[in-house]
Amino acid sequence: MNERELAIKSNIYRQRILKYIVGANAGHTGGSLSCIDILNVLYNYVLNVDPKNFGSPDRDRYIQSKGHCVEALFVVLADKGFFPESDLNTLCKYKSHYIGHPTRKVHGVEQNTGALGHGLPISVGTALAAKLDKKKFKVYTLLGDGELPEGSNWEAALTAAHYKLDNLCAIIDKNSLQITGSTADVCNTEPIDEKFESFGWAVQHVNGHSIKELKQAFGMLPLVKGKPNLIIAHTVKGNGVSFMENQVKWHHGVPDKVQYADAIKELESALSILR
Amino acid sequence: MSAIVNDQVINGKANLDVFSSTLQELAQSDRNILAVTSDSRGSGKLVPFGQKFPEQIIEIGIAEQNLVGVSAGLASAGKKVFAVSPACFLTARALEQIKNDVAYSDNPVKLIGISAGVSYGALGSTHHSLHDYAVLRAINNLIVVAPADNFETEQAIKLAAKLDKPIYIRFGKKPMPLLTNDESVAFEFGKGRVIAEGTDIALIATGETVYPALQAASILRDIHNINATVISMHTIKPLDVNLLKQVADTTRAIITVEEHSVYGGLGEACASFLLQKGHKKPFKILGIPDEYTVTGSQADILGHYNISEQGIAKTALELLNSK
Repeated sequence: MNERELAIKSNIYRQRILKYIVGANAGHTGGSLSCIDILNVLYNYVLNVDPKNFGSPDRDRYIQSKGHCVEALFVVLADKGFFPESDLNTLCKYKSHYIGHPTRKVHGVEQNTGALGHGLPISVGTALAAKLDKKKFKVYTLLGDGELPEGSNWEAALTAAHYKLDNLCAIIDKNSLQITGSTADVCNTEPIDEKFESFGWAVQHVNGHSIKELKQAFGMLPLVKGKPNLIIAHTVKGNGVSFMENQVKWHHGVPDKVQYADAIKELESALSILR
Repeated sequence: MSAIVNDQVINGKANLDVFSSTLQELAQSDRNILAVTSDSRGSGKLVPFGQKFPEQIIEIGIAEQNLVGVSAGLASAGKKVFAVSPACFLTARALEQIKNDVAYSDNPVKLIGISAGVSYGALGSTHHSLHDYAVLRAINNLIVVAPADNFETEQAIKLAAKLDKPIYIRFGKKPMPLLTNDESVAFEFGKGRVIAEGTDIALIATGETVYPALQAASILRDIHNINATVISMHTIKPLDVNLLKQVADTTRAIITVEEHSVYGGLGEACASFLLQKGHKKPFKILGIPDEYTVTGSQADILGHYNISEQGIAKTALELLNSK
């Protein structure tokens, strides 16, 4: 898939994220929109994962540590054929498996996440298993910048470097906002790159909405042989819908009818230019 | 150590030592067996394991949350992971990882809580695990086991290696005599073992407290002509409610014994079941009360709270006389 085709996918994914969040009357809108280009490139360009090989021990693994942005993951998994997209009409409904965080009850989900600071340690263990078994698969995990204060991330960062897990790639969706406000104001974790580098990681910055930069960065892995990889994806919370962008209230804000119509109109307009 | 059980002198090792030797035996024929440690290979008696199978021991360092998270990832990729750490840290520091990464995600990690209960004695409450049954019982999809003797420990470790479900196994480090030579008293998760039979009182114990319960039964029989049933209820969850009901129906009173808080452990699990079934006979939970735990060695602490041969016998007499 070329960059234009992937950009079209991202636009359609954004529209679907909004549709199902409105249907559920719940969801993490801003963060799902900030990470969707990353998921798009992962699932449509990088990962050796599809519904047929999902049981294979050799598949690549994607573990979403920022589990609250599950709408982005579900929309992409549906598009990849893991389940019918119509299943998402049950999002957050009674007895549905499609709840507000990923669970393995949904085909295509690797791990049950939701509590923050869990994705990286599990990914480290999975990548370590690949090394022990001399398997070629890679492990990707997506973290929010707001979850970096969880100490378990830093414990796992040490272990990843200790065992030279260059088959592990953590991506930080650095949209710089969290539920309370600016991530820098809540708990400043900068400089993230220097911290991880000092822990023994190789770090690459990208524009997290540039399909081209994301493809290039993933194509460079491992960034340094013998070092775990960190891609810091600079993103905009609410990206693609101008009135949601960089607004903390859209962390888990649900659009009303008018807002939804405005958002779709804007995305359709952008889509027509892409096409 | 030698001890007199059923009129025989029987030698016993620490359950911890049996865990270590059993894991070595398993690792010999299965390269997927992994020991994952948090700077705990010494206290887990895993130094020989590490020397023999350097590719099958993963050192995490002192970081229990990471120990459990990494173990979940390893298990999800097909490894048979024994995550080994002192029970006090494993089940408190890493509780969220146990709840989410192991139990909820259904990654079949074998959580091994070493030096459990008050094994660390005078090191104090930071090093005691008197909460683990209570918190882990309340987590769905987790089997909770406390083997009593060397036989039960070996069986538990071997069965856990084959098990494709999350499990927590805890034990101490003091030498434990065999409860019985009768090999027909099999070991199976979720099935209590009847070590002695009597109709006056039931002593339902778990882990290393089964042995003093058995000793107490000897005192009750020899000195007071009271016949006690003694159960090793090694699996706290799922509880063997069929055996519990049968014991309740055939004895006059029940005492539960555990190296754990009186809150939320074996005793309350039994009480909950029996009360809901209409059981109305005398019932007593022997455990560590809700107070600043008395200081001293493991034997001092257990003796202080009547979790001992004499203490259990005395409690039985009081309970039978209280009717």
